[in-house]
Amino acid sequence: MKAKHQRLILVLLALVAVIGAALLAMSALKDQAAYFYTPGDVIKDSLPVGRAVRLGGMVKKGSIVREPDGVTIRFVVTDFKDEVPVVFKGIVPDLFKEDSGVIAEGKFTADGTFVADNILAKHDERYMPPQVAGAMHKSKSAEE
Amino acid sequence: MIAEAGLAALWLAAALAALQLVLGALGLTKQRAEMLGGVRRIALAQALLTVFAFACLILLFLRVDLSVALVAQNDHADKPWLYKFAGTWGNHEGSMLMWVTILAAAGGAVALFERRLNERTLIATLAAQAAIGLGFYAFLLFASNPFARLSPPAAEGQGLNPLLQDPGLAFHPPTLYLGYVGLSVAFSFAVGALVTRYVGPAFARAMRPWVLAAWIMLTLGITAGSYWAYYELGWGGWWFWDPVENASLMPWLAATALLHSVTVLATRDGLRAWTIMLAVVAFSMSMVGTFLVRSGILTSVHAFAVDPRRGSFILALLVLYIGGALALFGLRIGTVKEGSRFDLVSREGALVLNNLLLSAILGIVLVGTLYPLAVEATTGEKLSVGAPYFNSAAGPLALLLVAVMAAGPLMRWRRDDLKVVVQRLALPVLLAACALLALTIWAPQIGLLPRLGLILAAGVAAGSVAPLWKRNLRRTPLFTYGMVIAHLGIAVSLAGMASESAFIKETLVAARPGETHVVGPYKVRFDSVEPVAGPNWTAVEATLTATRDDRQPLTLRTQSRSYWAPPTETSEAAIKTVLDGQLYVVLGNAAEDGRWQLRLWWKPFVTLIWLGGAMVAFGGFLSLVGRVWRERRAYGRAEAYA
Repeated sequence: MKAKHQRLILVLLALVAVIGAALLAMSALKDQAAYFYTPGDVIKDSLPVGRAVRLGGMVKKGSIVREPDGVTIRFVVTDFKDEVPVVFKGIVPDLFKEDSGVIAEGKFTADGTFVADNILAKHDERYMPPQVAGAMHKSKSAEE
Repeated sequence: MIAEAGLAALWLAAALAALQLVLGALGLTKQRAEMLGGVRRIALAQALLTVFAFACLILLFLRVDLSVALVAQNDHADKPWLYKFAGTWGNHEGSMLMWVTILAAAGGAVALFERRLNERTLIATLAAQAAIGLGFYAFLLFASNPFARLSPPAAEGQGLNPLLQDPGLAFHPPTLYLGYVGLSVAFSFAVGALVTRYVGPAFARAMRPWVLAAWIMLTLGITAGSYWAYYELGWGGWWFWDPVENASLMPWLAATALLHSVTVLATRDGLRAWTIMLAVVAFSMSMVGTFLVRSGILTSVHAFAVDPRRGSFILALLVLYIGGALALFGLRIGTVKEGSRFDLVSREGALVLNNLLLSAILGIVLVGTLYPLAVEATTGEKLSVGAPYFNSAAGPLALLLVAVMAAGPLMRWRRDDLKVVVQRLALPVLLAACALLALTIWAPQIGLLPRLGLILAAGVAAGSVAPLWKRNLRRTPLFTYGMVIAHLGIAVSLAGMASESAFIKETLVAARPGETHVVGPYKVRFDSVEPVAGPNWTAVEATLTATRDDRQPLTLRTQSRSYWAPPTETSEAAIKTVLDGQLYVVLGNAAEDGRWQLRLWWKPFVTLIWLGGAMVAFGGFLSLVGRVWRERRAYGRAEAYA
């Protein structure tokens, strides 16, 4: 094989690898990027039933209910305007409490309930998830 | 006084960095190689000054000097001394000071130990290191001064985030930073080589130990960070594809590629331009990581404070250094002669494939990490990219990469026969086939990725040790052992990851003391719940007894802790390691009727993940020692004959 051909093959291989990786990344991104929703978005848009999404807002005061099995809890996520009921089976993070910011990962069911398989609460007292802060800000300025 | 001394030392070090840059540039333009001695001494002095400044900050933290703002915000008199000490870098300013200290120390080490690089290239390298240093000194002094005084002094410190109050804090950040910032040496070498047009095997042999050392530290830091997150967060996961984790993975991917391409350059004088490019990319990834973590655009336990000014400052440095290096690369690379040729089926060919795959994975991780930020910046839409994306996009490539890793070391340099290579791979393939058969019979239900992972791990484990086959083991060089152990470590780690995700068992219950629940092969009895207290926390502690067949029962204690400075709740998982896996128990919340939430996991062979990581680092260490030792000897011989 001539050196020129060999170089060409190497370059082609590299191109195939790069394009392949880019295609792989794009298709995966399209399917898998979890979109972030606030309760307001959910009411406005059609429900993204069955897709992996994140829901962010505040845990509504007095809304946390524990089921008799001891591990399932129900609560309501609010942006002080619209509300979404959430059900979660598992141990909630230490900083999960009423009237405080939360991000839930999971899927919507057809009846509008959000089934969370993961709850992220803020890491420490000084911090609020920026998405939640943004959503709060939006719904507050909408009220005015 | 200590704070002022530290600050003065920092200013002095910054001035020395400027001097180092100017002298280096003069030495290069005036063709005066004898200036090297001066540049070396300045680099050393600069390193000592930053180490002194860092020691000052540590001392302030140990003494809980509340007249220093940083100490008042992050320290507390009640903290155990280890967390006062390690808390020095458990905050933005302190960790940036550690960054700069390691940067200067790396430059100092090059000045002290590097003897093989020619003088002009070494001067250019040290000048480049000083140029990087200048930007980060400016960042530290103008936007993140760790020694700022607080007037009047605070009455009480605010304490350290309890999640960070763990022995892991003493180990994970320093090793990770040594790796991260150690890559700056590779960057400076590349710049030095471009400036003085000195790209070739001798340059690669000089650069290799530095890359290897940084890579070992990076490997250790990532492994330690993964295990720390695993036991401290109580979520039972070992990798979350969190942007901050990706920030450490990306330099590692680039450094791993660099490590392999620098070998091609050193041994066969191939891949000249590519190696230089990778050296630039590797440290660029470190800086991108620093930007992501330190700018506050990401929110995580690593982002200590949000200050947009800092973000733009680091971004400006990033653009300056990466842009500058790439521009230099574009200007000079045309003058670098083409390296020597090789066949596609050869060791070089396999290493090129390794580099391509590593770069592709790096690209995928980079896209997944930056995409949400880019989308938010342009459209304002918020989205997040998580494990499903990374696993499905990077997973297949990573498995392919591991397969190439098994075949590469069995191939000859320059040219090899595909048939013969296939013959050499017979045993690994046979083992992989056995694994496939065993899994089909005994575990038909597991997913595709874990299945492929387990099969590959079996084959690759055999392939990794195959280079030792039929060799005189006593005369095999140490660095060959290093490669074998590092590759075997990858197989071990892969086996752990695949086994954990394929065979994990989870039980989630609300239980009363006295009840027994089953998880995997264990029967776990919930014995009691009691209050306990520590130096700066109180907790409820659950005691459980796990029995399996007629083995010795295991006692597990898991806590739900409340810290008071700052007021935070954390859960401390109970983890018991046995030969074939780990039992992982977390105590949740109490229900009103006296039941407690318990989450029990049985994770078969999960410890292999970190054992593999440690093996990879150890292999790197053997390789480093072997190379340095051999080259010292060769150097000594050359001197004796000279």
